[in-house]
Amino acid sequence: MKKSDLKLDTNCVKTWCPGCGNFGILMAFKEAVASLIAKGTLKENIVIVSGIGCASKIVDYLNLNSFCSLHGRPIVTAEGIKIANDKLKVIVLDGDGGTYNEGISHLIHAAKRNIDITVLVHDNRCFALTTGQFTSTSPKGFMGKSTPSGSQEEPFNPLKLVMASNATFVARGYSAKIMHLKSLILAGIQHKGFSLVNILQPCVSFFNTSELYNEKVYEIPNGNLDSEKHALKKINEWQYKKEDSRIPIGIFYKINKPIYK
Amino acid sequence: MNIDYSILIGGAAGLGSRRAGLLIAKLFSNLGYHVFIYDDYQSLIRGGHSFSNIRISVSKKSSSCSQIDFLIALDKRTWNEHQSKLKKEGTLIYNSDQFKVSGSQAIGVPAQTIVQDLKGRKIMENIALVASFAKILGIEWKVLKELLTKEFVKSRDINLEIAEKSFKQNKSLVNIKRVKGEKCFPLTGNEAIAQGAVKAGLGLYFAYPMTPATGILHYLAGHAKDSKIKTIQLENELAVINAALGSAYAGVPSMVGTSGGGFALMTESLSLACQAEIPIVIVNSQRAAPASGVPTYTAQGDLSFCLTAGHGDIVKFLVAPGDAEESCYWAGKLLSLSWEYQTPSILLVDKQISESTFSFDKKILEKIEPIKYLKGDTRSKYMRYQDTKNGISPLCFPGKKGAIVKATSYEHDEDGITIEDEISAQKMQDKRLRKYKEMEKAVEKMQAVNVYGNKKSSRAILVWGSTKGPAKEAAEDLNVKMIQPLVLQPFPEKQIKEALRGVSNLILAENNALGQLGPVLASHGIKVDAKILKYNSRPFMAEEIKKALNKIWENEKK
Repeated sequence: MKKSDLKLDTNCVKTWCPGCGNFGILMAFKEAVASLIAKGTLKENIVIVSGIGCASKIVDYLNLNSFCSLHGRPIVTAEGIKIANDKLKVIVLDGDGGTYNEGISHLIHAAKRNIDITVLVHDNRCFALTTGQFTSTSPKGFMGKSTPSGSQEEPFNPLKLVMASNATFVARGYSAKIMHLKSLILAGIQHKGFSLVNILQPCVSFFNTSELYNEKVYEIPNGNLDSEKHALKKINEWQYKKEDSRIPIGIFYKINKPIYK
Repeated sequence: MNIDYSILIGGAAGLGSRRAGLLIAKLFSNLGYHVFIYDDYQSLIRGGHSFSNIRISVSKKSSSCSQIDFLIALDKRTWNEHQSKLKKEGTLIYNSDQFKVSGSQAIGVPAQTIVQDLKGRKIMENIALVASFAKILGIEWKVLKELLTKEFVKSRDINLEIAEKSFKQNKSLVNIKRVKGEKCFPLTGNEAIAQGAVKAGLGLYFAYPMTPATGILHYLAGHAKDSKIKTIQLENELAVINAALGSAYAGVPSMVGTSGGGFALMTESLSLACQAEIPIVIVNSQRAAPASGVPTYTAQGDLSFCLTAGHGDIVKFLVAPGDAEESCYWAGKLLSLSWEYQTPSILLVDKQISESTFSFDKKILEKIEPIKYLKGDTRSKYMRYQDTKNGISPLCFPGKKGAIVKATSYEHDEDGITIEDEISAQKMQDKRLRKYKEMEKAVEKMQAVNVYGNKKSSRAILVWGSTKGPAKEAAEDLNVKMIQPLVLQPFPEKQIKEALRGVSNLILAENNALGQLGPVLASHGIKVDAKILKYNSRPFMAEEIKKALNKIWENEKK
């Protein structure tokens, strides 16, 4: 490994809000990539794919091969890259708006195919760059500019959704628990097949969930990972609502299945 | 003997009229004749009414005639629907177990009895009719046997028995002779497109099924082993185009195919391909629109849409070939051009090209050259969008040691990092516009316009795409000029103006309601004197164009 391989920063000025959860995700991701490279993955064989939104700015800040796609399309763009060159480690970094709203069909089908890519969702549970509207994971009653009286819609649980879509690796992290998140990202990338890490991320400007997560989030141990029943039990502990439940983070499910070639 | 026969074979969907039509075409193709098949079918799986209109000729024709020499009816509806088109001296060959027709014109074949006696399946009645037809035309048994032996693998013996029994029950009315033709074989436009793209170096084909482009998907999937290309069906057209852009970014020549509705879904990504400078070929095989339109029928209604598709100032190629050979050549050529200029291309065909069967001359494949592109290196820092004199940046792909390859949908700097300042924004748009200047020059260097008929005539008909076939025939018969632009963007203005030299009366014919090429011509200072437009979801026939031209020119005299 050369020193230049570890130079993961670009000269691009970061334009996230001060205190944004994305800084934690960036740090955890860089740690995971450094660790991958240290373990022998060639830097040139890493490709990161993003879409549109605050989360997707991350590709500009990383000195890695990247494809900043259209809103909602990074997962399927990543699939095309992987299909073209199987040697590449392809990682999607996108927000909840891109993944669970605009591009949800691609998430479901990528999971169904068990294609060997990793999807990291920066889930701040709102559209932030468009100045605060509700997404699929915003709680009912979300007060945004498009829903001044509160949104009518219940959120869905994205982990339940990808379980139903035959995902073979399902995890949840928290942007403030950087080393824990690093381990999830690394495990996701090393998993042979489709992996999803949903990352809880406070949005300091439009949906600041820091206090909630700091109080409710707890780490689950790695065990019973091949049990769908056990995974769903843990996943169902918290349904992305406002209520007072605890929020488990960690790997919920990991099984081996034939990979899409 | 200057043979020019029109043979119509029809029946309910599921009776095998298309297969039978193709067998007839192959029979004649093997005897040295040119063939053209127009397949007419409804959007249903079983029942209804389907037919194939097969043209057999000594000289090459790419359109159908309305008047029929031989009508082959697998069911009564075929007779009911088409009897008015049977020529006075024409012959009806029909399934006499289904219905009865009297008169010397009609030859009944007890197809059901033959098939049942030999314990065949219902669909094999089509072979009984094909065999009777072959005998009536005086084709030798060994010629038919050879074809059927090659065509049928699973149920060869039973089909041969049925064919032989039916063949022997008839007498020959004419005596078709082998002719010395060019070596052509029947091929659909979709198959030709697939072959052309593969020849140029296609690596991946992505698609979502949509009539009439689905044939490309089927052909490439069916030939995956021998062509070594991967064919992938994805969840929708948005997935298709974006996966293809991913694979092209990763270095694999990629193509997608769809029809108007699917193409509409892809247009946001067409703009992405332009902005990110990713080579991609999009095949848009038009069908009668708007919206779902008349899905299994044809039109040339997407021209205006294709010319302006994609938000922003778009740099792209748009080519509309007029037959299978041109479709083959341009599928390959567009893949090369897309890679050379790192920009999207649209191959605009329609149902009439995609699903019709043409006499295809393989020699066209030899004219297709493999993809070439400007390769990047890492002697100095690699920049994906390096600002060069002609706007073309060297290409590297992820996996290349020492290179960081950054593609993006945002306006960007030379490294591929998002910018928002006005100087960089203009600089990059100018870079792409310089590329477009190069593309314009390149188009003027290739044969972007075809001229047929009487090249000295002051009267000319101008058409694009599938209208070429009938218009060429009409122009030749009327001894006037016919002009066909193949490349529609960048528009080959010099070549068109050269082709128009000496023309004082110009007629535009299009298979759409608005005459969509008209405004394009007008923007280049070309005035059209009259338009012939057909928009009932069916293709032009030469006789219709001839009639319309004669009418226009007669009125002029008055």
